[in-house]
Formats: sequence, structure tokens, C-alpha cells
Amino acid sequence: MPTIVVDVMPKAELLDPQGKAVAGALSRTGHSAVSGVRVGKRFEITVDGPIDDAVKSEVREIAEHVLSNSVIEDVVGIHYLESNAELAEEATHAASEHGDEGYVAPAGETH
Amino acid sequence: MRIGVITFPGSLDDRDAQRAVRLAGAEPVALWHGSHDLEGVDALILPGGFSYGDYLRCGAIASLSPIMTEVVDAANRGLPVLGICNGFQMLTEAHLLEGGLIRNDHGSFICRDQVLRVENTSTDWTSEFEAGQQITIPLKNGEGGFIASEETLDRLEGEGRVVFRYVDVNPNGSLRDIAGISSERGNVVGLMPHPEHAVEPGFGPDTAVAMRSGVDGLGFFTSVVRRTLVEA
Repeated sequence: MPTIVVDVMPKAELLDPQGKAVAGALSRTGHSAVSGVRVGKRFEITVDGPIDDAVKSEVREIAEHVLSNSVIEDVVGIHYLESNAELAEEATHAASEHGDEGYVAPAGETH
Repeated sequence: MRIGVITFPGSLDDRDAQRAVRLAGAEPVALWHGSHDLEGVDALILPGGFSYGDYLRCGAIASLSPIMTEVVDAANRGLPVLGICNGFQMLTEAHLLEGGLIRNDHGSFICRDQVLRVENTSTDWTSEFEAGQQITIPLKNGEGGFIASEETLDRLEGEGRVVFRYVDVNPNGSLRDIAGISSERGNVVGLMPHPEHAVEPGFGPDTAVAMRSGVDGLGFFTSVVRRTLVEA
């Protein structure tokens, strides 16, 4: 199914307490290489038809006016990709086709 | 006088707001988010809570509720609208008030009796207070940090639209200690602290006189009642 991915992040100049909390936990658990974390949101929007210009402009409108609040957030990317669920399904198919039962589908991996 | 209190999925303080309206001498009218009918009320309250579980952003989904079309129209016509906590978040999401609310800078939920300074007594919801009066009402939020661009903050200050400021403690990292603001006309007011929890002796914040005797929140509701009586 055609999928549009919208990434939204808290504005760069704003304090991100959520990211700060994650960074603090990483630092406490010895991940000294990590110097900062910011936490944002990823939306996977599925559409029935092809992703044409009309759909693209509608999604841009949704991204800017519903999925994000321009006072506190920025839309940092709109991509046209397969969804997490699809990638997981493909991986599962690939595994069963190859009879590789020990293979674990990387459901959480998108890149 | 009839004051509508809108219940959204996840509203918590709608009944407290109705009680406050009653104690101020008006008739509370329970309104439902899914309706398009304001039932001819003379003023509106958007109560606190966690509408839609704070999904997407606090107040964001509620601000798209069916009844919000009528709320926005009524507010633009001058109907008094008070947004408390989650209601304040909804008003910013609906663009009836400027700025936005983000997670508290210290990362934790906070619940305390909070001192505020009333900076503007000309709004529909603050006329019963004296300029500069300090009031104590409960504050309870996880995402109460008020932010806006420097330009917007300067404009709000310049136009006297900062209605309440935190005193002694800035509990959530709000810029310029802002606890509440108003629309240009002063009919729409939003704030993070909860006046409806300080309206009846025995159930409010502690005062120097007695435990839980604080009723500093009552002035919000008597202000709007008086305003409507004066207009009538």
C-alpha cells in the first residue's frame, strides 16, 4: 500500500525534555559516546490510490496543520516509503521462502 | 446566566467547572464535544483533563472536535471562553490564543498550590480581581510550559494580554513566567492553573487562616457572571 512518511521534530531551539531524559539515561548506563538525543514523531500515512501531486499537496497540508504545531514543532521530512509493517511482512516472507526459520524479521528496522 | 462546560473524551475537571459555575451563581450547562450545539449559553468553559490521552499533542485532537467549529465562531463573535489547563492547550491548538504549551522543563508532572499575579483585570474572566492581586490556586500539569516567539511574547506583553504570571516559582519553564493569556478582545482567556479547584471553603488550597479554605478561583466565574449581567 502506498505509504507516506512524515517526520516531525520539536523545534531545534526548544528544550526537548523527553530527549534530555533519554540522553540522561544513556549517559547513566555508560553510553559515553552519546552527547545528545532529541525525540520526535514519525507518522506513516497510507493512501489507497497512487501518490500523485494532489495527494502530495494534501499530505503536506495535513503535516503542517494537523500533524505538527508550527509554534513548537517543525516538519523535517516527508518521504514516500514502505511502512514498517510492510517491511516486516516482506522480511517474514523472505524468511519463509528461504526456509530459514531461525531468521528474525527486523520489524523495527527501516534502514 | 447559563455557562456551558464542554466535556471531551478524557476531560477530568468538567464537573468541577460546573460546580464552580453553580457556586458563582450561574447555571452550568453540560455540553458534548461531538455536538454542534452550544445551546445558547452565555459563556463557555473548556475544562482540564487529558483529552484523547494527550495523543498527537495536548489538546490537538480535541481542537478538531465537531463542537470546536461553533466554539471558534462564538469566540470570534465575542462570547466569553475560558480554557483551563487542557482547555488552554485546546485554545492554542485552535488558534484562538497564541503560543503553545510544551512539556515542563524539569520533565516531571507537577501538582502544587500556585501563587499567581493577576496582570490584567479588564478581561471577561478577571474583572473581579484587583490589578496586581496575588491569588493562590492549584496547578497540576505535565505539559504546561508556555512558549511563543520573542515577537509574539513582546506583542502579548505590549497589548496587556499576559493575564496571569507565576509568582515565587516558575513551575514549568513558561517563558516570562506566563501562566495565562487572553485574546485581543479579552473574551478568550486560557491558563494552566485551575481556578475551579479553589471555589469552596474546605476544598481549596490552604491559607493562613485555615486548611483548604482558599477560594481565590471563584473570582474567575463571578467576573463572567457580572460581565453578562452588566451587558444585559
